This record gives sequence, C-alpha cells and structure tokens, in this order.
Amino acid sequence: MSLDLKFTYTEKKDTRSGFGDGFLEAGRKNPNVVGLCADLIGSLKMGDFQKEFPERFFQTGIAEANMIGLSAGLALGGKIPFAGTFANFATGRVYDQIRQSVAYSNKNVKICASHAGLTLGEDGATHQILEDLGMMKMLPHMTVINPCDYNQTKAATLAIAEYEGPVYLRFGRPSWPIFTPKDQKFEIGKAWKMIDGADVSIFATGHLVWEAVVAEAMLRAEGISAEVINIHTIKPLDEEAILESVKKTGCAVSAEEHQINGGLGDSIAQVLSRHNPAPLEYVGVNDSFGESGTPTQLLEKYGLNAENIVKAAKAALARK
Amino acid sequence: MEKQSIEQLQKVATQLRRDVLRMVHAVQSGHPGAPLGCAEFFVALYFDQLHHNPDFKMDGKGEDLFFLSNGHLSAGWYSVLARSGYFPVEELVTFRKLNSRLQGHPATHEHLPGIRVASGSLGQGLSVAIGVAEAKKIDKDEHLVYVMMGDGELQEGQVWEAAMYAAHHKMDNIIATIDYNGQQIDGPVSKILDLKNLRAKWEAFGWEVNEIKEGNDMKSVLEGLETAKSLAGKGKPVMNLLYTQMGYGVDFMVGTHKWHGSPPNDEQLANALGQLEETLGDY
Ligand SMILES: Cc1ncc(C[n+]2csc(CCOP(=O)(O)OP(=O)(O)O)c2C)c(N)n1
Repeated sequence: MSLDLKFTYTEKKDTRSGFGDGFLEAGRKNPNVVGLCADLIGSLKMGDFQKEFPERFFQTGIAEANMIGLSAGLALGGKIPFAGTFANFATGRVYDQIRQSVAYSNKNVKICASHAGLTLGEDGATHQILEDLGMMKMLPHMTVINPCDYNQTKAATLAIAEYEGPVYLRFGRPSWPIFTPKDQKFEIGKAWKMIDGADVSIFATGHLVWEAVVAEAMLRAEGISAEVINIHTIKPLDEEAILESVKKTGCAVSAEEHQINGGLGDSIAQVLSRHNPAPLEYVGVNDSFGESGTPTQLLEKYGLNAENIVKAAKAALARK
Repeated sequence: MEKQSIEQLQKVATQLRRDVLRMVHAVQSGHPGAPLGCAEFFVALYFDQLHHNPDFKMDGKGEDLFFLSNGHLSAGWYSVLARSGYFPVEELVTFRKLNSRLQGHPATHEHLPGIRVASGSLGQGLSVAIGVAEAKKIDKDEHLVYVMMGDGELQEGQVWEAAMYAAHHKMDNIIATIDYNGQQIDGPVSKILDLKNLRAKWEAFGWEVNEIKEGNDMKSVLEGLETAKSLAGKGKPVMNLLYTQMGYGVDFMVGTHKWHGSPPNDEQLANALGQLEETLGDY
C-alpha cells in the first residue's frame, strides 16, 4: 500500500541522540548547564558533553535517588542540571526525591528520561515504564514534555535549558523517522497543528505522532479528513488548541506510548468534559505491563500503531 | 539430585556459556558479560549446593531459594534453570522474543518456573530475599535463602538499608553473593564510584564475610559455597565476595565492561563458540 503522507522522512534516528546533541549545544551556549548520569552515559548520549565539559559533568554511579538530590543542590547553587537515566529510574524509582527536593521546592532541574515506553523493546517490562507521564504531570510545578523525533527532541532540549523551573523530558531508544524540520523553534506548552482536517482530531505525543501522520493518510484514502496535532507538551497542556480543533471536528483520538490511565488522553478528557463534551477514543496501553519484543511487534500487540489510530478515529466518528 | 564431579560440573558451566552467547546473539540484545563470569557460580549453586525442587512451587517452603537481584544476568540464570530441569532446554530459543516466558529481565508475570519475583531494576533483590527469609524463620523452615547482586549494584542505597536490617535482625539464613567483577556499564567500578574496602563495609554492617578468590574455578567456588553454608545459622547474615571476571571463557570478552550489554555479531559468536566445547548439546 503506498500512502500519500503529508510528512515524510529520509532518515531515522533515536530521539535520545536528539537529546544528546541538544544537551551538548545547550552546554556550549550556557556555562551554567551541567549534567549528571547514573551509569548510563552511553545510553543517554551524554558522552560528548562529558568529554567537552568534564568539570561540569557528574557520574553518580547507580544511585538515582542521590542523583536527584545532587541536582536539586546544583540548581539552588545557580546551575542548570540535566539529570539523565532510563525513564523508569528517572521517575518511579525516585518519585519522592523529585516530589520533595525538586517539584515542591521548585528547583530548576531537568529530568531527562530515555528508553521510555514499549519501544525500548527486548529489555522487557521491568524497564518499559508506561506510567511516567502520569506520575510527572500530577506534580505541581512540573513541566512535562514528550517530543516526537530527533529534531524535535533536540529543539526541546535547547528550549528547556532556557526555561526556569522543573522539567520532565521524555525520549526513547528506537531508531525513528525524522519528519519534523531541522532547527525548529520549540515553544513549551504550544501544541503544533501538523495537518488540517475536518472530521476528527488526533492528538498524539512522542513516537506515536509518526503513527498519527501515517494514520491520517490511511484515513484520507478512505475519505475521512483527520486533523493531526502534535502535543509535545503534556503539561502545561495547550487547552485552547485542543478546544479549537474539537469545536471544528466534533470528536477526537488521543495517542500515546503510555498507560491510558493517567496519560495524555486523560488530560484531554478533562478539558473536553469541562468545555465541550465530545466523543474521545484512547490509543494507549490498556492497564497492562509490556514485555520483550521488537518495537514494531510491541506497538502492534499492544494496540499503538497507525492501524489502531485509524480504528479509534472511526469509532470516535461513529459516536458523533 | 546426585552429586556430580567437578569435571561434570565444569562441563555444565561451559555449556551454560554457549547457551548465553547463542541466546544474546540470536536477538542481538541482552547482557553476555556478567553471566559468562558467573557460570561456575550458577552451576555450583544449582547442581551442587541448593536443596531445591525443579517441580516449581512459588512459596518455596521446605527448600533453599535463590534470587537474582542483578536481573540482567537473566541469560545465565535461564540456562542453569533449564539445564537443571525447571523447563525445557529448547525454550531458551525464545529468549527476549515476543510472547516468551523468558523475558529480557526475570519476571513472574509469564510464570517461568524458577522465578519468584521480577528483577532488573537494580538494588531490590536483597530486601525481597530477607523478607522470604523472615517467612522461613516464622515457619521454622531451616532452608537457606541465597541472593546475588552485582558490584555496581551496591551503589544503590536500598542495598545498604537491607544490609543494616539483615544484621540487626540476625538473618543468619541469608547467604548473599556479590559478583565482584569490578565492572559496570560505563567502566570499571573503581572509576565510576569506588566501593573502596568492600569487606570492611560489610563487616561494619554486621555481616560475616567470606571471600571466594577464584570465582571462575569450579573447585574454589564449591569450597567457597561450602564455607558459606558452614557460616550460616550463627547469628549473622553471610556475604560471599565472589571474585569473577566479566566475559570469562572467551578471550576477547574477558575483563572489560565493553561486553556488559553488547551481543556478539556472527563472526564473534563463531569465534567465541570455538573456544567453548559443546558438552551437553546446544538447545
Ligand atoms: C535501578 C537501576 N538503575 C540503572 C540500571 C541500568 N543498569 C543495568 S545493569 C547496570 C550496571 C550494573 O553493574 P553491575 O551490578 O556491576 O553488573 P555488571 O556490570 O557486572 O553486569 C546498570 C546501570 C538498572 N537496571 N537499574
């Protein structure tokens, strides 16, 4: 099947490399940017920064709780710490440390979380966190960002260096299409309408934005006009953009590599139920843990790929 | 299980190494380094030391138990479990694949016999082991609870919370083992976050420390584990410092963190298997 895609790509890359490259650039721009990592420098792509700025980089060993505390201290001392580890160990493992020392104390700490979601693949459910967005968005003061490809992740990394306040930045391991522009401007909290449509709104975040782009083309081939909106910032959520789109289309789909419970879809449901109760279908993991497998296999098995977005869009339309 | 000779046990360890390499190679993911270094330990434990029942019961009442806190050694653990009769050896082929019971890191979710709690997120296994050891004390079950951790894993604070608890509560039915290979992901442990004097640390926490200096020599490992057993039941938890080499048994893998989590390619696999005789038959 050849699809007429509105966005295309010539190259694939992991979003964690976008983080690593953005982090290095942020370090060059601002001498206050510092880094920390808990024995995963290679996996987080923080090695180039460490090489260039060894005196501004702290290897903590496998001790994530300590790393969060150190970050809070560095922040209150005027630095801008980027603390990196796998998303599971960057959130659930250290939730209270983040809650008390970072969020409640409102410290300018950037929690940088790689290998999020199912697409980390073969390591399996112990590492595939699907609850992190929920945990992080519940914390007052916390900004939560989940970019969709290499370019957007790099732009987001640069943007959070300039933003004052705690941030959770989520990215991943698999090689993924690069379909957004190089050197784009990243505006925290501003949704990006990527494709105009009239019948159904698709709100997607992270890796699933690409699946949404594919789904739009599939729907169009069947005569359904879908609007695709890239929700790179889960919190603060761009309520205006959501309401404006649904006012036009009358129904919506949320798509995320996360539990349905507590995810982006829940945030959107809150907005709609308050202002414009409209049918909303969820594409996300349905109250289950993941497992080992390849990213493609897992997205299919757990119902997160373009075909599932198409199905959800039709279900939402049918409920209009 | 009938006692096997050192030569027989060494054959099992060699086969375990082949299994590990073939498993991680087949899915091009997983962790070969540490399981290669722990082959003697795994085999000595399951084929000689443990009073255990491959006809698996989750509650483990009336038998010795083993927990792998450093869950990324899963390939080695799965091999020894299969080779000692917990599940068919052929199932090793499903390692890390979709719909498998052999998850990337050990899990109970898919009901693989031999696994009693998930591990993979480091630093949690000692606490769980102490918990079940407490249950055994209540039940007056004299069997032992074994647990393994990595040396890098000791950087996690929870390990030391558990260490303090075990000594205070006189958990002398716990035999813990550190895979003291000196390596972690980003480099040697001494460069990343030095453990300094590990014997002194554990002793200061109130543990009986038993050093097994030749962790890749079957005879020494057997003797060391015997010593550990003789130290149990005397009011203190027991800690084995097991000196191993990451990647042991394959000349180009030995002694470096580079093989912590990298699978061999086709050529490297062939080279490695050439150094390890097929003793029990590949799966
Ligand atoms: C809580 C937690 N943090 C980080 C990791 C990622 N990780 C997996 S293995 C490992 C290194 C472990 O070092 P060590 O215990 O010495 O094991 P070895 O390198 O000898 O296999 C790390 C950091 C993890 N699995 N869990």
